[in-house]
Amino acid sequence: MTAVLKHELRSYFHSLTAYVFGAFLLMFVGLGALRYNIQAAVSNFEFVLEYCSLVLAIIVPVLTMRVLSEERRQKTDQLLYSLPISTTQVILGKYLALLTVYLVPLCIVSLYPLIFSRFGDVYLPAAYGSIFAFFLMGAALIALGVFVSSLTDNQGLAAGLSMALMLFNYFSVSLSEYVSATAFGSILALTVLILLLCVLVRFVTKNENLAYLLGIVLMLAVMAAYFFHISSFENLLPRVMTTLSLFARFESFVNGVFDLTAVVFDLTVTALFLFLSVQSLEKRRYN
Amino acid sequence: MIEVEHLTKRYGDVTAVSDLSFTIQPGQIYGFLGPNGAGKSTTMNIMTGCLSATEGHVRIDGHDIFQEPNQAKRLIGYLPEQPPLYLNETPLEYLRFVGEAKGLKGPALTEQIGEVLRQTGLENVRGRRIAALSKGYKQRLGIAQALLGDPQMIILDEPTVGLDPLQIIEIRDLIKELGKTHTVLFSSHILSEVQAICGQILILSKGKLVAFDTPENLERRMTSNEIVFTADAPQDVVVDILVQTEGVSPLDLQEKSPGLTEARIGAEEELYDVSRRLFFAFAERGIALLEIGLRKANLEDIFIELTEKEAQGKEGQNHDGSAEA
Repeated sequence: MTAVLKHELRSYFHSLTAYVFGAFLLMFVGLGALRYNIQAAVSNFEFVLEYCSLVLAIIVPVLTMRVLSEERRQKTDQLLYSLPISTTQVILGKYLALLTVYLVPLCIVSLYPLIFSRFGDVYLPAAYGSIFAFFLMGAALIALGVFVSSLTDNQGLAAGLSMALMLFNYFSVSLSEYVSATAFGSILALTVLILLLCVLVRFVTKNENLAYLLGIVLMLAVMAAYFFHISSFENLLPRVMTTLSLFARFESFVNGVFDLTAVVFDLTVTALFLFLSVQSLEKRRYN
Repeated sequence: MIEVEHLTKRYGDVTAVSDLSFTIQPGQIYGFLGPNGAGKSTTMNIMTGCLSATEGHVRIDGHDIFQEPNQAKRLIGYLPEQPPLYLNETPLEYLRFVGEAKGLKGPALTEQIGEVLRQTGLENVRGRRIAALSKGYKQRLGIAQALLGDPQMIILDEPTVGLDPLQIIEIRDLIKELGKTHTVLFSSHILSEVQAICGQILILSKGKLVAFDTPENLERRMTSNEIVFTADAPQDVVVDILVQTEGVSPLDLQEKSPGLTEARIGAEEELYDVSRRLFFAFAERGIALLEIGLRKANLEDIFIELTEKEAQGKEGQNHDGSAEA
């Protein structure tokens, strides 16, 4: 794992990748600090991070797009498979390198509240709590980006797809107000989701029967739940959209609440997508 | 030692490799020969852990590649069909990564990198960007990568494809050199290449092993050793002599011009023995042999015969199948 980590770090810091990523993040944090802390003279640093959270949805996909898709395109993935290291070690090494690239600008950012506190009354626990939450949210987004990159050998597609997913995740709370809150609307959305899942299963496992079976079982489950417990479907779709939003959970830190469920959620999302990335890489060996 | 047992790989309905079994003993160069699409790359990918098998086992020195991948992979160095290189790095950086991933550290790593750079003749370009290297150098770097960690076995997938003739000779010499200290298995669809370097040849056709022997034995196995000669005599005289000579079977006789016969005969024994006997048989009768030529079966004939036989066998089966239906 250390070999992969060192190799990735070298490639990020020898090329412009790490610097451009860091520069963009620092630039937006700087703009935010200028706008809130200096021009508006607000002492809450957490607002700056809230302002910057949308930026993550743009720059993280650009950072993660090539991590696995480029290996596949250059056929260097065959080297990784033939080396005496496991797929888990490869993914972890690559992920930790990305995390380091992300952590470096955040370390610089974490000096800002200290600097500001010399000129005014900054509530440091809230500021550092939200920097911590910002880090965790980024970590989860990077894991998502790694997974999307493992699906294709086309960097552009990987970037576009993860950007779309992250933006949807960002706006899902506001969007949830506009989606149907009725039970029927939720059923419809669930059906679409199940169909998408089946298509994905069919595509990944190349096993049509499994996809059909899964689809039928899930549809029956949904229908059974609909007849026996119709009330649970009221408002289901907006609730799900809000619950799954990484960005919405970050808000509670901005509001000064150290939300442990958000920490657990971020870590779970990270672990899930890293696990899926390992499976996606492993699967290519079994096609 | 590599043991491959009943290896089968299916992609959906397509069977790329079917029930392949062979054992590779240490200390020789093995050639893996077959037409394109015969399953060479698939087999090599499975042997090195890059691909799963549908059925069967591969054991490297007793370590199953699927059960104990790390121990097994340490014993083999693999160069895939396309050398897996990070184009933005220098050979030195690249080899450092591969060496570290193979568990080398500190002075041992530096020493081994120096050693493989020397072996593959890459010392002059060690600091250049890989993207700027010629195809021959890239191929050598791919081999250098396989040599790191001092594996007992080197597996090379079509190492000479796409190189110019000079580079091909260089790579061949390198493989010969490696064969002195390692067990080498390399695939190719160029027959002369395999004949020139390998001590053992495996011929693969349609995912099946059709032959596994030394080049000499493969040639001996062929029945088509032929002698072609022109005798200064009419056809009936030539026939008369041939009938009395042992170990020959006339294949084609033609009286080209009156009193001048061209003949093609199959030799049932060692070629030189038969040709000597033939010479004296004609000499006794005072007939001059104006021309005599030996046609030894070469690997190309064997290859075509074996791979075609396989194809015909398949067709035969199909016909039987349809007849039954």
